[in-house]
Amino acid sequence: MTWSETKVDQIGVQERVARLQSRSIKSDSKKEALTLALSMIDLTTLEGRDSPNKVRQLCYKATHLHESFPGLPHVAAICVYAPMIKTAKQALQGSTVKVAAVATAFPSGMTSLETKLDEVKQASQDGADEIDMVISRGRFLSGDFDYVAEEINRVKEACGSAHLKVILETGELVTLDNVRTASDIAMTAGADFIKTSTGKIQPAATPEVTLVMMQAIRDFYRKHGRKVGLKPAGGISKSKQAIQYLVMLRETLGQDWLNPDLFRFGASSLANDILMQVVKQNTGIYQSTSYFSLD
Amino acid sequence: MTIENHPQNLQADWTYDPAPQSIEHVDIHDSYELFINGKFTSSKDGSYRDSINPATEKTLAKVAEAGVEDVDLAIEAARQAYEGPWSQMTAAERGKFLFRIARMIQERSRELAIVESLDGGKPIRESRDVDIPLAAAHFFYYAGWADKLDYAFPGRQAQSVGVAAQIIPWNFPLLMAAWKLAPALATGNTLVLKPAETTPLTAMILADIIREADLPPGVVNIVTGDGDLGKQLVRHPGIDKIAFTGSTAVGKEIMRALAGKNKRFTLELGGKAANIVFADAAIDQAIEGIVNSIFFNQGHVCCAGSRLFVEESVAQEVTQKLRERMETLIVGDPLDKNTDIGAINSIDQLKRIQSYVEIGQQEGGELYQSSCILPDTGYWHAPTLFSNVSQSHRIVQEEIFGPVLAIQTFRTVDEVIDKANNTPYGLSGGVWTDKGAKIFKVTRNIRAGVIWANTFNKFDPSSPFGGYKESGMGREGGVEGLLPYLNLTSNTR
Repeated sequence: MTWSETKVDQIGVQERVARLQSRSIKSDSKKEALTLALSMIDLTTLEGRDSPNKVRQLCYKATHLHESFPGLPHVAAICVYAPMIKTAKQALQGSTVKVAAVATAFPSGMTSLETKLDEVKQASQDGADEIDMVISRGRFLSGDFDYVAEEINRVKEACGSAHLKVILETGELVTLDNVRTASDIAMTAGADFIKTSTGKIQPAATPEVTLVMMQAIRDFYRKHGRKVGLKPAGGISKSKQAIQYLVMLRETLGQDWLNPDLFRFGASSLANDILMQVVKQNTGIYQSTSYFSLD
Repeated sequence: MTIENHPQNLQADWTYDPAPQSIEHVDIHDSYELFINGKFTSSKDGSYRDSINPATEKTLAKVAEAGVEDVDLAIEAARQAYEGPWSQMTAAERGKFLFRIARMIQERSRELAIVESLDGGKPIRESRDVDIPLAAAHFFYYAGWADKLDYAFPGRQAQSVGVAAQIIPWNFPLLMAAWKLAPALATGNTLVLKPAETTPLTAMILADIIREADLPPGVVNIVTGDGDLGKQLVRHPGIDKIAFTGSTAVGKEIMRALAGKNKRFTLELGGKAANIVFADAAIDQAIEGIVNSIFFNQGHVCCAGSRLFVEESVAQEVTQKLRERMETLIVGDPLDKNTDIGAINSIDQLKRIQSYVEIGQQEGGELYQSSCILPDTGYWHAPTLFSNVSQSHRIVQEEIFGPVLAIQTFRTVDEVIDKANNTPYGLSGGVWTDKGAKIFKVTRNIRAGVIWANTFNKFDPSSPFGGYKESGMGREGGVEGLLPYLNLTSNTR
C-alpha cells in the first residue's frame, strides 16, 4: 500500500501557529476555555515508582479538582501503567472518569508484536476504557509503513471494546512530513485517537506537530467521514498553552472537536495551573500554589 | 484527494469575547496643521478636511488643506534647507537623525499603531505587527547607508538630487512615508511629503517626531490635501524629483505631465499578481498563503495575489479548504486584537469594490463570500471568492484593491507562466510547490518585480520593491532604493 504524500511546509506551519497564538482570549471566553480544558485532561502518572496509593490519590483528585469551587468538571481520564488499571477502576467506581492505560512496551515499543498483543488484551480484560499504544518508530523510520499499519490494526483488534489511542512519538519522527504520514497511517489502521508523545522523549507535544495532526484528522474526516480524536501529551503545563491549543482546535477542526470525546490533554501539572487561573478569574487574585493539592 | 461532503462545523459555540486594544493613552488632536519649515502652520486660506474613522464613519480630526501658496512655501523651505544646513552636514550626522527618528517611531509604536488603525481601518494586529515595525526598520536600514554611499557605488561619487516631492497612498500610510523619507534623507535630499487625504494622521505624528528629533527646519515638510494638491506638487518648477505611489491611472498622468522636463521620478503603481499553486505544494500552508496574499490589509495591497491559479488536480480541494478557512476569518472592529479583516478604507473604495463584485457576477463569475456578519455602520466588505472566471473577465484583468480573489485552474507549467504574464501589470507574484526546480523555472519566467516562493507578502527594507510594465518604474528598498535619490558621477577629477 502507498501512504500519504501530503506535503507539509515547516515554515508555513510555524507561521500559522504564531498567528493562532496571537489570538487574545478574554473574560467569559477565557472562563469557558479553562473549564473546557479541565474536562479534557488525562491526569497522568507514568513512573516506575508509582504505587497503588499514588494512583488512588490521583483518582480522588480527578473527581474533586478543587473543593472550594463546586461546579467544576471532572477530568476526562486518568492515565496509568497497566498494573494500576484495577486499582484505578476501583477508585473511580461510580464516576464517569475513564481509565486509560499505556501499553505495547510503552514508551519504546521495543518488543515483539505477540508480547504487545498479550499486554493489550490483559489491559482490556483488567477494565481499561482506553489503551494508549506506541508505534514502532524504528520500523516507521526504516520506511516499513505497512508493518506500522499492520501492528496498529492488530492492537486495535486486541483492544476489544477499549478505545485505542495511537502515540506517534513525534519527537522521534523529527520532521512534520513524517508526523503527517504517521497520522494518516494510524487513522487508516483504526486509531480512535492519535496522540503526539509518550512524555518520555523531548520534544513532546508542540503546537506545530499538533496543528499538522489536526489537519490530518480534518482531511481524514473529509475523506472517510470518521472523526478521529487528538491528544497532545507532554510539555503542556500552563493554562495559556492549553487555551492556545483550544484556539488551534476551534479554527482547524471546528466546534465538533471541542469536547473530551475528541480532544484530550495528556498532562500532570496542567490541572493545577488551570485551577489557579479559575480561582483568579472568579476572585481576581492569584492564590498561592499551597492551596492546590499536588496529587 | 477526493473530497466528499463532510462539512466542518465551524459555527462554534465557544466564541471569542471582544479583546479591544485600549486607546486611552492616545491623544488625537481636534485639528492638525501643515508642517512647513519645522513648524505647524495653518493653511493660507484656512481650509480643513475631516479625516474619518472608516469603521465608525465618525470624524477623528480635521486636517489643514494646503493650497497653492502653502505648496510654494513648503518647497521654498525645502530648497533653503537643502542649500543650507542639510547639504553642509556630514553624512554621519545625517545618519544620526535617521537613527533618532527610527528609535522614536519605536518608542511611539503603540500610539502610531492605534492611530493607523483608527484612521485607515486596518486591524490592530497588522498595524502593530507589520506597518509600524517595518516603518522603523526602513529608517534604521537607510540610516546605516547615509555615510556609506561611496561603498554602495564604488568608484562613483554619489551626489544628492535636491528637493523631492513625495506622494503616498492610503493603504500603508506610515510605512509608505518611511519608504519615501528614509532613502531621500539618507542621501542628503530634502522633501515635501503629501499623505493621502483619507489617512493623514500618522504622518502628522511623524511630523511631530521629526520636530522633536531636531531635524533642521525645512528638511521634511508635510502638506495635506487631495489629488489636486498632488498635481500642484508634480507640476511645481521647484521640484527636482517626484516619488509617487498610487494608481496606474495617476502614474500615467504624472508621466505625461513630466514629459520633456528634466525631473527624476519613480512610480510605484498597481498590480494584479498571479499566485500559483501546484499540486505538489503543501496545500494547507498554501491556503494560509492565499489568505495572506489577498485578505491582508483588506486586499488594499498593490502586490496582492489577486489572481489565484490552482493546478486542476487539486483545484477542488484548494477551493473547499479556502472557503472553510474564509469562514474562520474574523471581520470587524479594527481595534479588536482578534480581528483579521478590518474596515474598507473609504466609502469611495467600498463602492469601487462593490461595483467590481457586481461586474464579476454579471460576467458569469461564481461568487462565494464568507458568512461573516458585517457591522451596521462603517465601510465593510466580506472576503470574496470568484470561480468560473477566465483571463478575459474584467475582475481578472483590473486591479480591485479589495478582498476579492479570482480563481482559475491550469494544467501545465508553461500554460500558467503564460497566463501569469498575460497582464499589463508586473509588480509581484507567488509560487507554491515542493519542487525546487519548479520554483526556479516559474520565478525566472514571470515578469514581476518581486516573486515569493512558498510564502507571500514578505517585506524587508533590504529587499528592493518595484514593478515591471504598468506597475511602475524605479525601486524602493535595498541599495537600489538609494539610486532614485542620487546623481552618480565619476570619482576621478
